[in-house]
Amino acid sequence: MSAPLLEIKDLVTEFPMKGWRRPPFRALHSVNLDVKPGETVGLVGESGSGKTTIGRAVLGLAPVTSGSINFDGQDISRFGSRERRSLSKDIQVVFQDPYTSLNPAMTIEDILAEPLIVQGLDKRAASDRIARLLDRVQLPSDAAGRLPREFSGGQRQRVAIARALALEPRLIVCDEPVSALDLSTQARVLDLFLEIQEATGVAYLFISHDLAVVRHISHRIAVLYHGEVLEFGDAEAVSENPQSPYTQRLLLASPVADPVRQRQRRQARLAAL
Amino acid sequence: MVVYISRRLGAGVVLVICASLIVFALMLADSDHIARNLLGDQATPAMVEAKQAALGLNDPVIVQYFRWLVGAAQGNLGNSWFNAESVSYLLLSRVPVTLSIAFGTVLISTVVSVAVGITAALYRGWTDRALQLISITGLVFPGFWLALVLVAKFSIEWQLVPATGYIPIAQSFTGWFQSLTLPVLSLTIGAVAGLSQQVRSATIATLEKDFVRTLRSRGLSEGSVLFKHVLRNAAPPTLTVVSLNFIALMSGAVMIERVFALPGLGSIAVDATGVGDIPIVLGAVMISVIIVVTVNLLIDLFNGWLNPKVRLT
Amino acid sequence: MSTVADIRAIANLTKAAIRQSLFSRILGSPVAFVSLGSLLILIAAIIAAPLLTPFDPNSGDIGQALLGPGADHWLGTDSSGRDVFARILYGGRNTLGGAALALAVASILGVTTGLIAGYHGGKVDTGLDWYTNLVIAVPHIMVLLAVRAAWGSNIWLIMTVFGVLMAPGYHRLVKGIVSGVRNELYVDAARVSGLSLPRILGRHILIAIRAPIIIFAALSAVVVIGVQAGLDFLGLGDATVPTWGTMLNEAMVNLYIAPGLMLWPGLALGVVNAALILFGNGLRDALEDSKSTKRPSRRRGISANAPKAGTSGSAAVPAAGGSDGDTRAGAGTAVVGVPGCGFIPDEAVLSVENLNVGYPSGDGHKLVVKGVSFGVRRGEILGLVGESGSGKTQTAWACLGLLPTGGQIVDGSITMSGRDIGSVSARERRGILGKKIAYVPQEPMSNLDPTFKIGYQLVEPLRRQLGLSKAEAQAKALAMLARVGIANPERTFDSYPHQISGGMAQRVLIAGAVACDPAVLIADEPTTALDVTVQAEVLDLLRELQHETGMAVILVTHNFGVVADLCDRVAVMQLGKIVEQDAVEALFSNPHHPYTRMLLSSGLEDKKPRTRLLPAATPVLEETKP
Repeated sequence: MSAPLLEIKDLVTEFPMKGWRRPPFRALHSVNLDVKPGETVGLVGESGSGKTTIGRAVLGLAPVTSGSINFDGQDISRFGSRERRSLSKDIQVVFQDPYTSLNPAMTIEDILAEPLIVQGLDKRAASDRIARLLDRVQLPSDAAGRLPREFSGGQRQRVAIARALALEPRLIVCDEPVSALDLSTQARVLDLFLEIQEATGVAYLFISHDLAVVRHISHRIAVLYHGEVLEFGDAEAVSENPQSPYTQRLLLASPVADPVRQRQRRQARLAAL
Repeated sequence: MVVYISRRLGAGVVLVICASLIVFALMLADSDHIARNLLGDQATPAMVEAKQAALGLNDPVIVQYFRWLVGAAQGNLGNSWFNAESVSYLLLSRVPVTLSIAFGTVLISTVVSVAVGITAALYRGWTDRALQLISITGLVFPGFWLALVLVAKFSIEWQLVPATGYIPIAQSFTGWFQSLTLPVLSLTIGAVAGLSQQVRSATIATLEKDFVRTLRSRGLSEGSVLFKHVLRNAAPPTLTVVSLNFIALMSGAVMIERVFALPGLGSIAVDATGVGDIPIVLGAVMISVIIVVTVNLLIDLFNGWLNPKVRLT
Repeated sequence: MSTVADIRAIANLTKAAIRQSLFSRILGSPVAFVSLGSLLILIAAIIAAPLLTPFDPNSGDIGQALLGPGADHWLGTDSSGRDVFARILYGGRNTLGGAALALAVASILGVTTGLIAGYHGGKVDTGLDWYTNLVIAVPHIMVLLAVRAAWGSNIWLIMTVFGVLMAPGYHRLVKGIVSGVRNELYVDAARVSGLSLPRILGRHILIAIRAPIIIFAALSAVVVIGVQAGLDFLGLGDATVPTWGTMLNEAMVNLYIAPGLMLWPGLALGVVNAALILFGNGLRDALEDSKSTKRPSRRRGISANAPKAGTSGSAAVPAAGGSDGDTRAGAGTAVVGVPGCGFIPDEAVLSVENLNVGYPSGDGHKLVVKGVSFGVRRGEILGLVGESGSGKTQTAWACLGLLPTGGQIVDGSITMSGRDIGSVSARERRGILGKKIAYVPQEPMSNLDPTFKIGYQLVEPLRRQLGLSKAEAQAKALAMLARVGIANPERTFDSYPHQISGGMAQRVLIAGAVACDPAVLIADEPTTALDVTVQAEVLDLLRELQHETGMAVILVTHNFGVVADLCDRVAVMQLGKIVEQDAVEALFSNPHHPYTRMLLSSGLEDKKPRTRLLPAATPVLEETKP
C-alpha cells in the first residue's frame, strides 16, 4: 500500500450561526478519510450530509474547527493565505454548477490563463498551454476567444476541468461535477474524468448525491450522513453489499432504469421498512 | 412578535440618540466659531468670550451634549438664543403642518404608484412606455421648481387656490385641504416617479415566481392571485422604497414650505439656520429624525406582519 | 520572480477590458451615448463661460433690470440687471462643481467601505450596517441646515458633508454586489487557482460592480444637484456666488413681478437631470440586454431548445443545443420518430393531438413543441421523458393552459371529455383547473407562497372549487395532509412554508393537487429536487394515490429510474418531438429509436465499479513544470 496523498483525521467543521449567542452549527463530526495517489474516493450522501463541506475544507474554503488535513504528509488545515496559494499547484477543483463557476465576463482564454499567469508563465507559454488544455478536454481550439455563455452545460464543465488541469495538480476535488448535466452529457463527462485520470495519474475526491455516479468512477466510497462517515470501503463492497442500514436504504431507494428489476428493488425496500 | 417589536423599538431609540450625538458634535465641535458667527466680524475677543460663557459653550462638548440630552429626555429642547422662547413649544406647533404635507404625499403617491405600477406590469406595451416617460419627467425637475411653476400658474395666473399660507384642519377642513393641495401635488410627482417603477418591477418579478403558476393551477381567480398573493409578496421591496421616500419627503418639505410660506418644521429650521439659532435647528433635526424613525418602525412592523420570514431575522 | 511585472500586466489587461467593454456598452446604447454627449457639451460650455459671454455674472446695470431675451442679453436680465445667460453658465460651475464634490466624496467613501464589508463580512460589516442605517434615517437637508447654521455658508464644506451623508447608498450597493459575487463559485475557483485577494478584487469583483456604480452615480447625481440647488434656493447659500439655486431663489422672490425668471435655471436643471437619468437608464438597459442570455434551467426549456440565432459567432461551436454540443444527436439532425410515437389510446381522459407550442421571435414563432400527440387513459401513468430542451415541461404547461408569458399553442388540440381545453376562455379554464386537471411542480419550496400559512393555501382553492364552507374546507385540508403522510397535520396546517422541509412541502403540494379529486394529474419532475430516500417515499405516495382514485397521471421527468418505477407507458421526447412511445416494459427491453437507445445506454447502474488502482507512479505530465 502506498502512503496516502490526502489524509483527513478527526475533521470537525463548525459554522457560526447568525444571531446573538446562538451555538455554532456543527457540519462535520470527526470525519476520517484518505485518498491515495491516482485514486478516486467517492463521497456520497444526501443534502445536509456534509459531503460538500469536506471538499471545501480540503480546498481551504470552509473552516476547520479541529482535526487535521494532511496533504503529502503536511498538515494544510491551518495554512495561511500565502501557503494556501502555493498549494494551488497541487489541489484543484471542479464545481457543480457550470453556469456560476465560470466568470461570465471573461473569455475562456482569460479563465484558463488565470492560474497559469499566477504561476509566472508568460503570455505565449500560457496560450500554448491553453491550446493543449482545450484539446485535452476535447473542446475546439477556437473556443479560447469565446465567452462562457456561448457554451452548453457540458462544454462549460469541460472548461472547468481544463482550468483544474492547468497546473497539473495531484488532487482534484470534484464537487457534484455532473449533477447539473443531462444524462447523456453526464456519461461523456464522466468518461473524460476517467480518461484524464488514466493519462495523468491525478487523484479525485469525487462528491455526489448519486450513488450510481460515484460507484462508476470511484475506487473507494465513503457514505456520509449528518456530518459523519457511516461507511468507507472499496467501491464494489460498499455499493453492492453495504454494511450500514443507511447505505442499504440509500441503495434501495435509488431507482434502476429497468421496470422489472425496479419492481424487485421496490419490494425489497418496502419489505425492509 | 412581541420580541420583534421591542427589539425594533429599542433599535429605534438607540438610533435617535446616536443621530443626535453626531449632529451635536457636527455643530458644536468648534464653539469659538459659533460665537464669532453670531456676533459678527466686529466683535472683540472679550465679547466672544462673554457670549460663549453665556451660552454655556465653554464646557466640553460631551458635557454640553449630556445637558442637552437630559433636557431632551424630559421634553425640554432648550431655549432659542435670540428670543429665549422654549424650543419645544416653538417646534411642536409646527409638526402638524409638516406631517400633513408628508403623510398626504406618501398616501397619495403610494395609491397612485400601486395603481400605475400594477397596470404597467400587467399590460406592458404602451402603458409601460407611458409609465417610463412619466417617471423620467417626474425625476427631472426638483419638487421646489415644480412648486414654483404650480404657484405661478394655479395661484397667480388662474387664481384657483391661495398661493401661500396654512389653515389648520381644526379651523376649516376645506381651507386646510386647499392650502395643502399644491404643496402635496408638487412633492407627489417626484415620489410617484420612483415608487411606481418599484411597484412595476416587484410585480413583474413576483408574477414570474413558481408559486403563482401553482396557485393558478388550483383554479384560483386572477383577482385573488394578483391582489392577495402577488401584491403581498411584492410589498416588502415596495415598502422599503416608501420609507426611503418618506425620508426624502421630510427633506423636500423644507423647500416646499418655503415656497408656500407654510409654518412647518422646515421653515422655522431655515429661519433659524439663517441667523445661527442653533438650539432651534438642533431641535428641528431631532424631531424630524424621531418622526422618520417612528414611521420606519411602523413600516417595518407592517412588513413583518405581511411577511413571516422577516420576523425571524 | 516577476510578480510585480505580472500584477502590472494583469492590471493593464483588466483596465483595458474594463475601458473597452464599458465604452462599447455606452456606444451600443444610443440613449446613453446621446445623453452622455449632451452632458459633456454642457460641461464644456460651463468651463468655457468667459469665451461664450462677455458679461459678469455678479454685476449688472440696474437700469436694465428684468429685460426679456434680446440681441445683447440672449436670455434677458434679472431683477438687478445681471445677464441671465452669464449667470446660468457661471452658476453651473458652482452647482455642478458642488454636486461633483459631494458625489466624489460619497463614491470614494461608500465604495471603499462597501468593498471591505462585502468581502470580509463579520463584525466590520455589522458595524458599518448600523452606521448606514443611522445615516439613511436622517433627513439630509436637516443635517445640512445644522452644518450651515454652525459653520456658515461654505458650499464646499456643505457639499463634503453631503457626500458623507450620501456614502451609505454606495456602501449598500457595493456591499450587496460584492457579497453576492463573493459567494459565486468562480470567485472560489479563483481562490483555489492561487489568486491573491487584490487580484480577485480587481479581476472578478470590480468588473461586476463598475457598471452598477456608474448607473447609481448618474441617478444619485440628480438627487445631489437637487439638494445643492435646494439649499441655495432657500437663501442659505453665499449670495455673492451665482448658482442655479440662488437664481431660483430670486425667481421666487420676484414671482409676482417676473415669473419668467424661473424658466432658465429650471431648464438648466432639467436638461442636466434628464441627461443623467437617460444615461443611467440607457446603460442599465444595455446591461440587462447582455444579461438576458441566462442559464437554461432544467425545467424552463425555452431558451435551451434551439440554438440562439443572435448569439454572435457561436456558429462554429454547436452551443446551447438541447443536449451537450458534442452529442451524437445534434441540433442539426432532423428528428424523426419511430412508428407509433404519436399513439393516442382509445378512451383517453386527456388526449393531445399535433400540439405545437411557440414563442414569438422575430417574425413568427420559435417552436419548442413540434407536433406532439399522446393520450392518457383513466388509471394510467404516462411518462414524458427527455433531456433539457426536449419540450416536455412546455407540453405539460400547455396542457394546463399555464404557459409563461409569450408562449402559446400555435396548432393542435388538447381534448378532455370531448372539449378542446386548449382554446377555452380563462373563466372556463379556472373551472377545470384543480378540479379536472391538477398540477404538481418540481421545486417544492418555491411553489408555495411564502407569505401565507400552508393551511390557508390549501383551504382557499377548496372553498372556491368545491364551494365548501370554511370549516368544511379546513377539515378536508387536514384530512388531505394526513392522507399524504404528514405526521402532525394540525401543526403543518398552521406553519409557514419556510418552517417545513422540502419533502414535506412536496407532500403539501401533492395534497393540494389531488384535493379536488382531479381526473388528470400532471406532475412535472415531482421528485427531482428531493433526496433519493425522500424521492422513493414521494413516488410511493403518488402510486398509492393513483391506485386509490384511479386518476390518470402524466409524469414529466428526465430520470429513467423514476419512469421504470412508476409509469405504465412512456413517451420519449427529443427537441420538441416525441420520438418513441410504448408500454414501459417494451420500451426498456426493446428500444427502437437511436435516441432512446443512447439515453438508456447512458445509465450507470449496470457499469462495473472500478477496482483496479493504477500503480502509484509519478504523474504522467504533459510537460515538465516551469
